[in-house]
Amino acid sequence: MGKRIESLKIINNQKLNKDSFILELWCKEKLPEMRPGQFAEIKVKGSPETFLRRPFSIHDVNYGENTLKFLIQIAGKGTEALSKLEKGDMLNIIYPLGNSFSLPESNQRILLVGGGCGVAPLLFMGKYLDENGHHPDILLGFRNSERIIEYDEYMKVGRVFLTTEDGSRGEKGFVSEHTILSEQNYDRVYCCGPEVMMKAVGEYCRQNDIDCEVSLETLMGCGIGACLCCIVSTLNGNLCTCTDGPVFNIKDLIW
Amino acid sequence: MVKLGFNIGDLHFKNPVLTASGTFGYGSEFDDFIDISRLGGIIVKGTTLEPREGNPSPRMAETPSGMLNSVGLQNKGIEIFEKQIYPCISKYKTNVIVNINGSYIKDYVALAERINSLSKIPAIELNISCPNVQKGGMTFGTDPASTRSVTKAVRAVYSKKLIVKLTPNVTDIVEFARIAEEEGADSVSLINTLLGMAVDASEMKPSISTVTGGLSGPAVKPVALRMVWQVARAVKIPVIGIGGIMNADDAIEFFLAGASAIQVGTASFIDPRASVKILEGIEQYLERKSFSDISEIVGYINK
Repeated sequence: MGKRIESLKIINNQKLNKDSFILELWCKEKLPEMRPGQFAEIKVKGSPETFLRRPFSIHDVNYGENTLKFLIQIAGKGTEALSKLEKGDMLNIIYPLGNSFSLPESNQRILLVGGGCGVAPLLFMGKYLDENGHHPDILLGFRNSERIIEYDEYMKVGRVFLTTEDGSRGEKGFVSEHTILSEQNYDRVYCCGPEVMMKAVGEYCRQNDIDCEVSLETLMGCGIGACLCCIVSTLNGNLCTCTDGPVFNIKDLIW
Repeated sequence: MVKLGFNIGDLHFKNPVLTASGTFGYGSEFDDFIDISRLGGIIVKGTTLEPREGNPSPRMAETPSGMLNSVGLQNKGIEIFEKQIYPCISKYKTNVIVNINGSYIKDYVALAERINSLSKIPAIELNISCPNVQKGGMTFGTDPASTRSVTKAVRAVYSKKLIVKLTPNVTDIVEFARIAEEEGADSVSLINTLLGMAVDASEMKPSISTVTGGLSGPAVKPVALRMVWQVARAVKIPVIGIGGIMNADDAIEFFLAGASAIQVGTASFIDPRASVKILEGIEQYLERKSFSDISEIVGYINK
């Protein structure tokens, strides 16, 4: 499957809360086939301080409309600039990059776990699972109720459980403490979010012998395996997050 | 039709656009984006005798108009290179050059001897300028006597084209270029990255694991250009210019200053098609200016 570099037109910049937004892009060509967990390297124009591309998970794809979405949280100058883009602006991206989440076997009990903006690749994965006859549970954690994003979208693909750190909605605490984890016996967990949260979920999965895949985020130079800057330590040595990942099974990671 | 070819001794390159070691993997990473056989040459990843895991994460930091890296020569070693990588890269119809690195002179010699027997590798780039390894690398390139002894030792065992890659982290790079030439180098390439550093103010710690790293990108271009100009006036062997070349105009500046060829590095991270775009832009420039041969503009500002 070929990687592409091209400029896509922004057809919507939807503000979700004070620091999260969704860029929806339209491609005039037929979109390449993309798999959940893959990402794109996005070029931020116009500033010497945003010299390199930024990697973002593919959040949602609509092949019929030739559109795709990125869920982005403002974290620095690059994402700040992206947040100001408007309908009609062009965005240059290299995609689809990286590996993807593996598909579960039939009848496996599946949980998707996301924290904060790490929920980004899980909507694409949730829809994919739904289309392939799986019925995942989805556990999402946010700082507080105002930070909850895309809740209704996740509701369409499975049962959604929530935690907030302040208890303003859902269970109070972190996703790794949610009661659903002790009530249900999951066979597979797909997880994305802050590293500390993924490690906690990974530890839960190890203790309960659950197959767990996490989508990692590291600083990247190129996104295509040429610079070797985005390494992650694994039992198989240093691997590139961009080409060997971003999805890794926790049994391979040195955590 | 503009003539774009150049030679290092009797080794012909169809055009003067090469890709810099460590920024182009083994070429195949770019197959989806460009036809690598269009390039004058590719310089594949820094290779060592033994496999190297490289430095811990984080290995990079973005800096204004550039980036710092501290990969630390992660590679699978010469044995895997010979058995697995060489058969793949020798399919490219371009000059495939291997960048070699060692901790001791004997490492460089052993590598050069082994690569000498690989028929599809017409040249090596002797990396005595990597700033991100504790032993070897830049320590050879910043000491005139070491530069002399490593170049001499490799020259004695390597019969094909020897390119010495110079570090900018010296007071007078010309001295090192002259030593390389005196010891039989067929070409010099410059510059490797500039030793630099970044600190994360919010985390209150160095941005990369090794604290210091190599700066590349447009930020280093004026320094690289100055050094290429100085070296090109001082040596007779071809000079390959490297440093922050993002587009054809940047490349042209290096030719005008005296480079016979250029390497595209960090630009390939931002646009994987950068090398081919630069090649096309050089050709258009020469046509626009009514030159028939790129050699007419090499060192033009000195004429």
